[in-house]
Amino acid sequence: MSNSMWKDVGALTDIPKEGARTVITSMGKIAVFKSAQGEIFAIEDKCPHLGGPLSQGIVHGARVTCPLHNWVIDLKSGGVVGPDEGCVKTLPVKIEGERIHLNMSALVKRAA
Amino acid sequence: MQHSAPLKTNMPAAGICRNAQVQTRIIGCCKGKSMKQKLVVVGNGMAPGRVLDRLLETDPDAFEITIFNAEKRVNYDRIMLSPVLSGEKKFEEIVIHGDAWYEQHGIALIKGRKVIAIDTKAKTVTAEGGMTANYDKLLIATGSVPFIIPVPGHQLPGVLTYRDLDDVHAMMVAAQQGKKNAVIIGGGLLGLEAAAGLKAQGMEPTVVHLMDTLMERQLDPTAGHMLQRELERRGIRVVTKANTKEIVGESSVTGVRLEDGTMIPADIVVMAVGIKPNAGLAKEAGLETNRGILVDNKMHTSDPDIMAVGECVEFEGSVYGLVAPLYEMAGIVSSELLGQDTDGFSDKALATKLKVTGIDLYSAGDFADGEDREEIVLRDAASGIYKRLVLKDNKIIGAVLYGDTGDGAWFFQHIKEETDISDMRDTLIFGPAFAGGTPLDPTAAVAALPDDAEICGCNGICKSKIIDTITENELTTLDEVRAHTKASASCGSCTGLVEQLISLTLGDSYDPAAVQSMCGCTELGHADVRRLIVAKELKTIPDLMQELEWNSSGGCAKCRPALNYYMISTWPGEYKDDYQSRFINERVHANIQKDGTYSVVPRMWGGVTSSKELRAIADVVDKFKIPTVKCTGGQRIDMLGVKKEDLPAVWADLNHAGMVSGHAYAKGLRTVKTCVGSDWCRFGTQDSTGLGVRLEKFMWGSWAPAKVKLAVSGCPRNCAESTCKDIGVICVDSGYEIHFAGAAGLDIKGTEVLCHAESEEETLEIIVALTQLYREQGHYLERIYKWARRVGTESIHAAVVEDIENRKQLFERFVYSQKFSQTDPWEERTKGQDAHEFKPMSIVSFSEAAE
Ligand code: SRM
Ligand SMILES: Cc1cc2nc3c(=O)[nH]c(=O)nc-3n(C[C@H](O)[C@H](O)[C@H](O)COP(=O)(O)OP(=O)(O)OC[C@H]3O[C@@H](n4cnc5c(N)ncnc54)[C@H](O)[C@@H]3O)c2cc1C
Ligand code: SF4
Ligand code: FES
Repeated sequence: MSNSMWKDVGALTDIPKEGARTVITSMGKIAVFKSAQGEIFAIEDKCPHLGGPLSQGIVHGARVTCPLHNWVIDLKSGGVVGPDEGCVKTLPVKIEGERIHLNMSALVKRAA
Repeated sequence: MQHSAPLKTNMPAAGICRNAQVQTRIIGCCKGKSMKQKLVVVGNGMAPGRVLDRLLETDPDAFEITIFNAEKRVNYDRIMLSPVLSGEKKFEEIVIHGDAWYEQHGIALIKGRKVIAIDTKAKTVTAEGGMTANYDKLLIATGSVPFIIPVPGHQLPGVLTYRDLDDVHAMMVAAQQGKKNAVIIGGGLLGLEAAAGLKAQGMEPTVVHLMDTLMERQLDPTAGHMLQRELERRGIRVVTKANTKEIVGESSVTGVRLEDGTMIPADIVVMAVGIKPNAGLAKEAGLETNRGILVDNKMHTSDPDIMAVGECVEFEGSVYGLVAPLYEMAGIVSSELLGQDTDGFSDKALATKLKVTGIDLYSAGDFADGEDREEIVLRDAASGIYKRLVLKDNKIIGAVLYGDTGDGAWFFQHIKEETDISDMRDTLIFGPAFAGGTPLDPTAAVAALPDDAEICGCNGICKSKIIDTITENELTTLDEVRAHTKASASCGSCTGLVEQLISLTLGDSYDPAAVQSMCGCTELGHADVRRLIVAKELKTIPDLMQELEWNSSGGCAKCRPALNYYMISTWPGEYKDDYQSRFINERVHANIQKDGTYSVVPRMWGGVTSSKELRAIADVVDKFKIPTVKCTGGQRIDMLGVKKEDLPAVWADLNHAGMVSGHAYAKGLRTVKTCVGSDWCRFGTQDSTGLGVRLEKFMWGSWAPAKVKLAVSGCPRNCAESTCKDIGVICVDSGYEIHFAGAAGLDIKGTEVLCHAESEEETLEIIVALTQLYREQGHYLERIYKWARRVGTESIHAAVVEDIENRKQLFERFVYSQKFSQTDPWEERTKGQDAHEFKPMSIVSFSEAAE
């Protein structure tokens, strides 16, 4: 993982607990989540079902429910929970002080 | 309007007029009706309530009926006073017959008049205040009076009993006044229910019990201790071996002193030490009495024209304190009055249940010790389970279950059927699942019961009645069966049997667990959760999940929005909306579309708009390049395809032209459709447009279990389609016909008529009260028609139409909660609220790295 792929995307306080914010990149939108316990997760903002914006879903535990048809996505693995199948890309997260850094290489590798 | 005047007497009259009508009936009772026999009833408790039910079912015209009741109210389910005290139910939910019922059946109910004398020669009764009535047949049903230990101080203000609604009110008032200390004398079923209720009301109760352990008649010492520990864990203090010596106080109670000198501070004292038949009136009239009024097995007293029923009677040396035998008596009384043959009354085994939420205690039959009796006891202190069976001659004669009462109905059935249990004795205590010989299918036993087997003792409901009702009304849940049949709706001890009947009728499609639980995070159903939020005063979602033992961290997308709604509707003004528990549409106040853009629907009050509004809409569409503009099915305009980032700016422009959010996304008030009405239409009878606008302006912003759509049509041609809405109004010459419980989406269903109102004011008040009742009782995502089907339209009618005082209170509660919800969410967001929602956290470029 090249160092230059780590990007500062915002402060911890920018995201409400049990909420999400988006980061716009040339490779598509990323949804950055904060759980009730304050853990940060980053995944592609695109539901494996029909592309729903996962950043708009309800966050519960370390999961999000897609706002369009209620698929449930595990934020750690990016996998779909339950009977449905699929996976979204996850991005490594690093916290430095109050800042959130994401590693973008996952997006690039797939694209390449 | 003039010629509608004669009609008015047929309409539900207001409280005062109704009383006036009743009085006229008595004084002029012989006009035109002299052929009918006069039946006078003294007391309007649960037993005579059932007598009248049976009488009217069989021959509604047999008697001209007058009822005197010392209590100032209609017939209600006394058993359910404890849930009223704990705040889990409201009085109107426990009413059995409301005022309208008496009116409809032509029965004169004289409330608040105690009968003080019976003249058996002249055949008259005289009530307090001098009112006299003649009878051909007299039925005495004066119930019991609570026993009061005549210790010094027992007459002090603050010493209460626990028998009727006045007692419950007195306790609730004490709690509301911030009084803390309550002492309950007596640790039986009634005393413990009172203590739990007072605790729920915020008081600190102490139960003072004479014997070594609680409920010593039902429980052995170990089980009594288990119960005591459980109560103490819930903040109810228990003092056993405590003999009350004196109640202390000057102008009112301040404490209770025990024999051993201990002084327990008390602001109120509740005596729950037992009851005695209320036979004084009968005795003075010269009827034969002992402990109670003596009756034969057909309920006749020593006077051939006087019968007695209920707790006031004594039969073959026994007196009664549970409703099941009283209801059996009631059936006999009704048959006797109509000259029909009956088997006569006989003593039967009884079952009862402690109605304290969270504590499961069930007892059935006879569980006293005796030489010829044996016991089987299962005790698992670690998991809080205790089961005790009392056997005699290889038959179960009594059962006490604590902690796990699931098998109660099964044991009770064996008690009633006097089954020989020799073959399954070894595993008997483990219940039907282990009982050798008996099939594992739990429904096999109920299947074998005859059609007329009584399932619900409290309400006298038999097996075939339950099965027929399930089939006829396509019921699928226990709640629905309760609403339609009343079975299992009182003390709850027959719940197991009723569930077995549902699964017997529906087969595999009935899964009690699936129907009941709210989501995978809990075993509790919506009804339980709503009840517990009130009873335990749960005021935040994390507290609730902690207290009700949610099994997931943070819930899920199913329960969180539901809980958020329950909180907001239960604690308006106190609860802070948890917007992370709302679906995206409600979180950002716009409807998400399949491509991730949003649609914007401003309110267009009653479907009326203006050039100014249309111009503003046109400008917004141009300015933000909104791709689609469409008229909705709800008489307003939808702008579709707005980018999320643009939403605040779009709203700002609409706000500027005076428009607010149409809540097209909300579980709450949506649209009020109207037709042009009397302003323009040649058939219009009232100002339907004006009323629609008024309703929408009054009710907008209110959250509800599901969406609420209204419509007002100016005449029965019904151009606004009022008869398929959640609530609809059809204007007519004489006023407003209020409809409700329609559906036109996933289901199609015409509305039902709720009532007729004479003015716009009354219409508004009724519709608002109806909506509030729904807000308080509805399960999340349950539209009005489904709610009505679950709770029964009668109960809604009783609460909103008949009980005018209650209607006003519902109305007030709606108005109060509107104080906190009638702010335009769009305006708040144009001013910066939740600004982070509408813009990305950052935009990053990493093109160099991608190379
Ligand atoms: C916009 C509109 C269609 C239109 O272009 O006319 C519409 C659009 C939607 N309706 Fe509707 N309904 C619209 C009138 C209706 C009507 C007609 C009416 O209100 O008179 C009905 C039948 C009456 C009823 O409510 O029963 C209707 C019955 C439904 C249902 C079925 C509800 C049910 O319980 O049976 C749903 C699904 C649901 O709520 O679960 C639904 C759901 C939806 C949703 C919210 C679907 C969704 O979850 O995304 C659509 C949102 C689109 C959007 O972003 O605006 N819509 N929908 C109408 C908006 C009315 C308004 O001004 O607010
Ligand atoms: C808090 C509580 C909980 C209970 N829980 C259960 C339970 O779980 N299961 C169960 O089976 N039973 C329970 N019971 C007992 C049950 O409520 C009674 O058995 C039943 O109500 C008795 O019915 P009744 O008609 O004989 O008398 P009541 O219902 O007591 O009615 C008598 C009525 O007559 C009126 N009256 C008396 N004298 C006169 C007069 N002279 N003139 C005019 N009116 C008069 C009284 O005001 C009263 O309204 C409970 C009782 C209470 C108080
Ligand atoms: S409902 Fe009646 S009054 Fe209203 S527009 Fe239609 S015809 Fe006219
Ligand atoms: S797009 Fe996410 S569930 Fe359908």
